Amino acid sequence: MNDLTPTREQRTAALEGMGCKRKRVEDIRFTQGRGNYVDDVKLPGMLHGDFVRSPHPHARVKKIDDSEALKVPGVLAVITAETLKTVNLAWMPTLAGDVQMVLADGKVLFQNQEVAFVVATDRYAADDGINKVVVEYEPLPVLVDPFKAMDPDAPVLREDLVGKMSGAHGPRKHDNHIFEWTVGDKELTDAAFNKAEVTIKEMISYHRTHPSPLETCQCVCSFDKIKGELTIYGTFQAPHVIRTVVALIAKLPEHKIHVIAPDIGGGFGNKVGAYPGYICAAVASIVTGKPVKWVEDRIENLTATSFARDYHMTTEVAATKDGKVTGLRVHVLADHGAFDACADPSKWPAGFFNIVTGSYDFPTAHLAVDGVYTNKAPGGVAYRCSFRVTEAAYCIERAMDILAQKLDMDPAELRLKNFIKPEQFPYHSALGWEYDSGDYHTAMRKMMETTGYAALRKEQAEKRAAFARGETRDIMGLGISFFTEIVGAGPSKNCDILGIAMFDSCEIRMHPTGAGIARVGSKSQGQGHETTWAQIIATEIGIPADNIMVEEGNTDTAPYGLGTYGSRSTPVAGAAIAMAARKIKAKAQMIAAYKLEVHEDDLEFDIDGFRVKGLPEKFMSMKDICWAAYNSVPPGMEPGLEAVSYYDPPNMTYPFGAYLCVMDIDVDTGVYKVRRFYALDDCGTRINPMIIEGQVHGGLTEAFAIAMGQEIRYDEVGNVVTGSFMDFFMPTAVETPHWETDFTVTPSPHHPIGAKGVGESPNVGGVPAFSNAVNDAFSFLGSTHIQMPHDFWRNWKAAKDLGAVA
Amino acid sequence: MAKTHVTMKVNGAEVEGLVEPRTLLVHFIRENLQMTGTHIGCETTHCGACTVDIDGMSVKSCTMFAVQAQGSDIITVEGMANADGTLSALQEGFRMMHGLQCGFCTPGMIVRAHRLLKENPLPSEPEIRMGISGNICRCTGYQNIVKAIQYASAKINGVEFQEAAE
Repeated sequence: MNDLTPTREQRTAALEGMGCKRKRVEDIRFTQGRGNYVDDVKLPGMLHGDFVRSPHPHARVKKIDDSEALKVPGVLAVITAETLKTVNLAWMPTLAGDVQMVLADGKVLFQNQEVAFVVATDRYAADDGINKVVVEYEPLPVLVDPFKAMDPDAPVLREDLVGKMSGAHGPRKHDNHIFEWTVGDKELTDAAFNKAEVTIKEMISYHRTHPSPLETCQCVCSFDKIKGELTIYGTFQAPHVIRTVVALIAKLPEHKIHVIAPDIGGGFGNKVGAYPGYICAAVASIVTGKPVKWVEDRIENLTATSFARDYHMTTEVAATKDGKVTGLRVHVLADHGAFDACADPSKWPAGFFNIVTGSYDFPTAHLAVDGVYTNKAPGGVAYRCSFRVTEAAYCIERAMDILAQKLDMDPAELRLKNFIKPEQFPYHSALGWEYDSGDYHTAMRKMMETTGYAALRKEQAEKRAAFARGETRDIMGLGISFFTEIVGAGPSKNCDILGIAMFDSCEIRMHPTGAGIARVGSKSQGQGHETTWAQIIATEIGIPADNIMVEEGNTDTAPYGLGTYGSRSTPVAGAAIAMAARKIKAKAQMIAAYKLEVHEDDLEFDIDGFRVKGLPEKFMSMKDICWAAYNSVPPGMEPGLEAVSYYDPPNMTYPFGAYLCVMDIDVDTGVYKVRRFYALDDCGTRINPMIIEGQVHGGLTEAFAIAMGQEIRYDEVGNVVTGSFMDFFMPTAVETPHWETDFTVTPSPHHPIGAKGVGESPNVGGVPAFSNAVNDAFSFLGSTHIQMPHDFWRNWKAAKDLGAVA
Repeated sequence: MAKTHVTMKVNGAEVEGLVEPRTLLVHFIRENLQMTGTHIGCETTHCGACTVDIDGMSVKSCTMFAVQAQGSDIITVEGMANADGTLSALQEGFRMMHGLQCGFCTPGMIVRAHRLLKENPLPSEPEIRMGISGNICRCTGYQNIVKAIQYASAKINGVEFQEAAE
C-alpha cells in the first residue's frame, strides 16, 4: 500500500454519512435568494384570489351583495357558499371527523371566518373587490369562555349538529360538546386517591397560541380542462394526503391531481390541515379555466388558520409522603373553536395526550378529555409537537413541581425517585403506551452535574434570605423539566389519517456512475432533509452523500408518504430510507459476489464496498457495483439498482430530555432575565449533530416565546386582539436567551438506525422549564401555580397578588 | 388606476417599470422584476423577510411604495454574491454556521447583516443581536445567525474566527 491509499477514517469521512456535521446542501440556493417558495410560482394568465372575512365572531349572514365588486376593474368572479353548493363543496370534512364550512353558509362562527372569495387579475384588484362586497350580518350571542360552553343557556353554535347527540368520537353531552375521551382505570385510580397520604390538585391551563411560520399558508391551483387535470402548488406538510383529500372531495381521479410542495418557509404544524383557501382557489381555477393563486396575509394566518393548545387541565396527583407517586387523574377541557378541525390521527380525538404520565412510573392513571365548540378559529394543530404531547408534558411537569413543593422535596430528587428505571424498558404506561427505550436517571444526573444544580439551589436559598432582609428585589427561579415525547406516528395499529395508515416511504435509484436519487414521502419545511437523508444512504450503502440527490414534495414522483409533522420524519421516513438502502445493498452484494467470483456469504460490507472475507485485496467498490448493475449482472438478474420501501413502524419512538432554566425576576417590574438555559436531549442515534443542535435552538426559542408571552387572545365579545406581529409576541435576537445544548444517546431498539426524532423535543420540554422557573421563583411567597404566559405584566401582577409589591 | 413610470438601479443594473402609485416596492421587485429572493412575511414591517438595501440603508420593502424608490440604488439578496458568482463571506457564514433552516428569513437577514457589517465591521455579539432585531427568524433561535455574522466579520476583516464556547 502506498501513502495515497486512503485510510479507513478517510474513506468513512468521504461519505459524509451519519454522525457527520455535513453542511446543508439546501443553503446554497437559500442564501442566494434562489429558493422556490409557493409565492414564487408564477403561471401564465394566473389570477389572484382573496377573502371577504367576517368582522363578527357569531352572526347570521342575511345577504351577500357582490354587484359592486363585480364592477371593479380586474375582478372576474365572487365565489360564495351558494356557488360552492353547486359543486358540493360548501362544507368540507375535517381531519378530526367533523365538517367545516368552506365559506360562510347561513352564519359565521368566528371572527375573520371566510365569507366570500374574490377572484381578480392581480392581488390589488382582488383587494379592491373585497372592499366592495357588501355583507349584511345579524349579530348573535357570542361564546368565548370554554367553561361556559356546556351551560344550559349557552348559545348554540353549530346549528348543523343540533339534535345529533352522537359525534365522530362517541356521544355528545350538549349542543356545544364535541367528544369525551377517557383512558385508564378509573376505579383503580380513584382507589389510589382514596388511600393516598398526599394529594395535589391544580387547574393548569395551556393557553391558545399559534405556530405562525414566517411564510403564511398559500397555494396556486391550475386546472387543465383539456386533460381534466388539477395541479396544486402549496405550502403542504403532507402533499400526498392533500392529493387524496382533493380526490375524495372534488371527485377528481387521484392520478389526475398533481400536488407539488416546493420549498416551504416553516410549517410547525400550521401547514398540515386543509384550509378554505385551497378549496376556493381550486374551484376558482376550475370555474375560470386559469391558474389561481391564494396567498394569505399575516393577519389571516394568525386569526383564521390553525391555532394550537387551548387545553385546560385539572390535574391531580396522589403520592406517599416520602414522594412516590401512586396515581394520576387529569380532566381536560379542550377549546376547539368553531369546527373540530384538529390534526390528529383518526382514532385519537385528543391526540397522544395520554402520554401525560410523562417519564414517571405511575401505577395507575385516569384521563378524561372533553372537547367543546366556541366562537374561535378552528383547527387545533400539534404546533411543534406530536399531537398534544406539549400539553401533556406541561401538565405533568408542572404537577411534579407542585407535588415537590407540597412535600417540601427538591423537584429533581422527586423526579429521580419516580422515573421509569432503565431495566423497566420496554415500559408499558398506565395509559396504554409502550415506551421503547430510555435512561432517564443518567440524563437527569448529567444535567445536574453540568449545570452545578446543587450550587444553584444554594445560591437561590441565599437570594431568598437576602430578599426577606430587603437587600434585593430580584427573585431567582430554577425550572426543571424532564420530558418524554412520543413521536413517529405511526404504526398502522395505532395511527391513520382518514383511514390511511401512517407509514412512510422511500425510493432510491442508483445510476451507473455511482450517483443516485432518493425520493421520499416526507416533506422538509426547513429540517434539512436533502442533507440528512443522503447521509443515511451514504452510511448504509457506501456512496458519498454528495452523490445522492434527495427529492420530496412532488406527488407525481415521490412514493406515497404521510408527510412531515409530529417529528415523524426520522422515525418513519428515516427508517424507510434505511430499509430501501438495505435492499440496494443486498442486490449490490449479489452483483459483487458474481463479479468477484465468490459466494455472497463470503463477502462483507466495508465502508464503501464489498470485500472478500480474509482476502482484503479482493474488493469491489460500491461505485463499481453501480456500473456493473447496468452491464454485467448475474445471469437471470434484472439490470438496474433501485429499491422502494414502505415502512410501517412497529412502535412509536420516545425521545427524552432534561432541561434547566435559571431565571431572575425583578418583582417591581416583572422583568425577567433568563440567566442560563441548558438542554440535554436524547434522540437516539444522531444523524447530523449540527442540524440537531439547530433544531434544538429553534425549538427552545419557540418554547421561550410561548411560555413568556405568546398568546392568541380574544376579548369578551370574541374579537381577536393578537392579530399581528405587533401584539403577538415574536422574540427577536435581543430577547432570545443563549442556549446550551448537550446530549446522551439511547438508541431506539426497533428503529433500523436507532434514531428517534428531535425537532419538537425542545418545544415540548422547553415550555415547562420556563414556566417552572417562574413558578419556582414565586413559590417561596406562597403560590403553587401561576398561569402562562409569564410576561412582564403577569409577573408583576403575581408579585403584587402575593404581597411582594406594595 | 393610472400607472407611473419608475426607474431605479437594482443590483447594479438600471431597471424600469410601470406601477400603480400604491404598488409596494416588494411587489415591484418580486412581480415586475421577477426577483423572488426578497420575501413577504408579515406586511407590517415587523419580520424583515422583505429587507432590501436602499441607498445604504436597510429598508423593509413591504411598507414602502415602489414610487418612493424612484432613482434609488437598491441591493437585494440576488446582489449579495461575490462578483465571480461565489458565495460572499456572509452567505458562506450562514452555511458554515448553520444560520438558517427553512431559508425564508435568510435573504432579509443577509441583506441586513451586509449593512450592519458596513456600519460596524467588527460588531460584538450584543451589537449583532441589536443590529438584526428588525428581522425575525422562526427556525434557528438566532444563535447560529449571530455566529454566521461573526464568521463573515472575521473573514472580511482578515482576523481569525473563533467560535464562542457553548
